Amino acid sequence: MSGVTSINLVENALLVSIQDDVTDTEIVELQDTLSNRIAKENVKGVILDISSLEIVDTFVGRVIAQLAGISRLLAADTYVVGMRPAVAVTLVELGMYLPETRTALSLTHALSQLRRG
Amino acid sequence: MPQTSTANILSILETDFSSLIEDWLGTQVKEGVKRSDLFSDSESRAQNRELLRAFSKGVRAGVVNEEFNLDDDAWEDLRAVLVDVSKERVGRGVTPTEMATFVLALKSTLFKRLEAMPDLEGQRLIRDVLMVTRLVDAFAIYTNEIFIGERDQIIERQRQEMLELSTPVVELWDRVLTLPLIGTLDSARAQEVMENLLQTILERQAEVVIMDITGVGTVDTQVAQHLLRAAAAVRLMGAECIISGISPMIAQTMVQLGIDVGTVSTRSSIRTALSDALQKVGYVIKTSEVS
Repeated sequence: MSGVTSINLVENALLVSIQDDVTDTEIVELQDTLSNRIAKENVKGVILDISSLEIVDTFVGRVIAQLAGISRLLAADTYVVGMRPAVAVTLVELGMYLPETRTALSLTHALSQLRRG
Repeated sequence: MPQTSTANILSILETDFSSLIEDWLGTQVKEGVKRSDLFSDSESRAQNRELLRAFSKGVRAGVVNEEFNLDDDAWEDLRAVLVDVSKERVGRGVTPTEMATFVLALKSTLFKRLEAMPDLEGQRLIRDVLMVTRLVDAFAIYTNEIFIGERDQIIERQRQEMLELSTPVVELWDRVLTLPLIGTLDSARAQEVMENLLQTILERQAEVVIMDITGVGTVDTQVAQHLLRAAAAVRLMGAECIISGISPMIAQTMVQLGIDVGTVSTRSSIRTALSDALQKVGYVIKTSEVS
């Protein structure tokens, strides 16, 4: 699964890049891997880069919300970055406003917000 | 003598072509639909000649056993000429009535010729008159259809232009955008506004967006819904949204309607929204000490 989605440590945060061709099983596995790494490495934040994601459905939307929820429980701030306009419109249309999730324009933007605390 | 249903009509159209055009023009003048103010004489004559030529071509090839259909291939020329003429006429402001009367004037012109034909009377005259009527009527109806289609296209084009004109996204400062909304906000416009806004956020990497609704006349539940959805999409993109220009009147209405703006910031004027936005991206507005 790591071929499709990668998790890298950037500064004090885990950068998760989600690829466009991610499958439902892979994203569930990612949830598992990610929560283990947050606990083990004691990171301050998690950055979900979804800039290559072109299509979302309710399932992916829910997984994103869940990933954010899990990270928060493990005391890490989660930022969703690089959402495409079409994806944002779709999520709003599906009624998924992801109120618990923090968002940022880019990786740089997210990192600077993380540093600010 | 066996005759096709259109033999007499065709012979009139072909032998008498030029004087037919003059007569047609004359009838148009009499009916008051020639619009000499919009078209010069030579232009009108050229249009009539083209139309009549295409019409007689259609009559020659397109009428089988007294039946015809203007959608057939045989009438292709007429359709093409009609599109050109209609386009020209719509562009110069000719009314639908004038356009229809203009074509129908051909009828009496042709009747006069049929009447003058030797040994054409009784049953056969009636049959030919009927044929001319059907042909010219179909011609006129088709003309009107094209005429209306032409107008619809103009309306559609203008609507598109208005949609684009009315949703400008302006960059006020580095990473600060503003979207001055004016008029009414229906679903189609809200969609257009949202797409336009999100695309600009992506291009400019804007961190704060001010949606100014000073120019929006009334805010009902639907307009509020559109605004809040746009704000939610902006937030998902990673930018922040401030809705400004909420007048005391609108604030009261929104509360009475039970609209919950949630975490979206709202400001009464674009002035305060701007200073907040600049602060968010790390600037302060200061009065100059030199005075």
